[in-house]
Amino acid sequence: MNATTAAVPAPMTEPLLRLAGVHTHIGAYHILHGVDFEVPAGQVTMLLGRNGAGKTTTLRTIMGLWAASQGSVTFDGQPIGGPGAGTGDASRGRRGTPEIAQLGIAYVPENMGIFSDLSVSENMLLAARAASTVDDLDAKRLEWLFGLFPALKKFWLYPAGKLSGGQKQMLAIARAMVEPRRLLLIDEPSKGLAPAIVQNLIAALRELKRTETTILLVEQNFAMAKALGDRVAVMDDGRVVHRGPMSELAEDAGLQHRLLGLSLEAHT
Amino acid sequence: MSSVATPLQTPASEAIPKSRFDARPLALMAVLALAAWPLVGSSSTWLTLTTAGLAMGMIIFITASGLTLVFGLMDVLNFGHSLFIALGAFIATSIFGWLTGWVSVSSVGHNLAAVFVAMLAAMVLAGVMGLGFERIIVRPVYGQHLKQILVTIGGAIIGEELIKVVWGPAQIPLSPPEALRGSLLLGNATVEKLRLVAVVIGVVVLLGLLYTLNRTKIGLLIRAGVQDREMVESLGYKIRRLFVGVFAAGSALAGLGGCLWGMNQQIVTPQIGGQVNVLLFIVIIIGGLGSTLGCLVGALLVGLMSNYVGFLAPKLTMFSSIGLMVAVLLWRPQGLYPVTNR
Repeated sequence: MNATTAAVPAPMTEPLLRLAGVHTHIGAYHILHGVDFEVPAGQVTMLLGRNGAGKTTTLRTIMGLWAASQGSVTFDGQPIGGPGAGTGDASRGRRGTPEIAQLGIAYVPENMGIFSDLSVSENMLLAARAASTVDDLDAKRLEWLFGLFPALKKFWLYPAGKLSGGQKQMLAIARAMVEPRRLLLIDEPSKGLAPAIVQNLIAALRELKRTETTILLVEQNFAMAKALGDRVAVMDDGRVVHRGPMSELAEDAGLQHRLLGLSLEAHT
Repeated sequence: MSSVATPLQTPASEAIPKSRFDARPLALMAVLALAAWPLVGSSSTWLTLTTAGLAMGMIIFITASGLTLVFGLMDVLNFGHSLFIALGAFIATSIFGWLTGWVSVSSVGHNLAAVFVAMLAAMVLAGVMGLGFERIIVRPVYGQHLKQILVTIGGAIIGEELIKVVWGPAQIPLSPPEALRGSLLLGNATVEKLRLVAVVIGVVVLLGLLYTLNRTKIGLLIRAGVQDREMVESLGYKIRRLFVGVFAAGSALAGLGGCLWGMNQQIVTPQIGGQVNVLLFIVIIIGGLGSTLGCLVGALLVGLMSNYVGFLAPKLTMFSSIGLMVAVLLWRPQGLYPVTNR
């Protein structure tokens, strides 16, 4: 072995997103109790856990929709969250939700956040901050998204509120990707969808993954997590109780049972 | 980026569904007008009442359009809207006082110029006052409905007292300029000239609002903000700035409406806004909170109903608007054109 190269440690890549000791209160309730985890760039990180574990609160805290009462959230080395986040005081590392989004973070909430009275095209235009009209949208990127989600092209001028649940979810994800984003936060996209639609969704997210989009994906559907995840953080009672490669959790049924309460039937 | 063959493929033969415009609320106006015809009896009286009702509806629409945006987008119960209506009317009295030469001469050009200057001044000053009102009165109580009601009513009372300090407590006459007084005969109908001016201004405001809301990015943001403010922020837009802009625009429209309402009433008092405020809330509830088209249809319905009932049973005029609201809410509990997600 070459002595010089041996002496140099392997380059450590800074994670794109890091949460350190994050506590979040909602009113009188203490929801997050010191959440720590990282999201490496270009990978899909799964955030798993039972109902009420604090997954949605974690995403909302990252977006600044709820302020962390303690701890820090850093994005690409810059502090974006911590006590007082959401106030928009960027000079103290306290960014409001719009400033956080402007850094290149897109958020797909659990309820999808579709503007029902607006058309599909208007929903897409809203997410493209650089565009003033639909004609300003990046045509090449739009064609790519239509390839992923053909229904959007078909219903382009149709009110988004009239779409099916699966189509709304596709619109929510496509909207988040209408301009290049550095990090995509997606909250339970498979919730309430038929298995066939979930398979379609997995296929579309795989294509996003192929473009090395960094994704933090909250899921309850373990099959989806296995199919997409590079890394995983498992939450319970407002804390991260496990971190590691997704493949490790996928192969260890005992660990799954202990962390997530999954039975063997869940894998079939 | 490559395209992939994936989800939600639909058969090519399947027709693309079209979104249908809901015309039933518009049909309701026609039904109301036709139902009143046999009750009124004379066709010429009915035509006069109908045109007067539509013109009155247009003035109410101008005044209420700002309130529905503020209510719909910002979720603010702004009972202080009446203050800006009164302010607009009083500013018009001052402008007409300064431009006596233009107002008293029987020249349509000079008269319209005086009205235009009065409307512009009313809008600008009411808009600026709206900025201050939002900053001092409304901002501390965002998201707290009960406090909003109390604080904005308090703000309106203080504003009315300030109006009395500036213009005095007595009522001030506000006659339309010389050439805009009296009526025109359109067929068998008698139409007041001022109301024709109000209709034109109402149409301009409507077209301006519809263009802004439906054809511009700002309008898109306002419509989206009415439905889900949090998501608009998550897309990277500072909705607070939009709130302030909409509040100022809503106040400016109230000022414009006050200017026209004052000329319509021909007498201006500090309570003029409060008198019309109940009507405005009825209109925006009938129309669907946050809906501009709903506000227009609601205002026209209230205008028509008030004129017909005012002619047939004058004592029931105010009750007729409330009765109309109750009937509409029984039919459509969210209003004629409900904004989804509210």
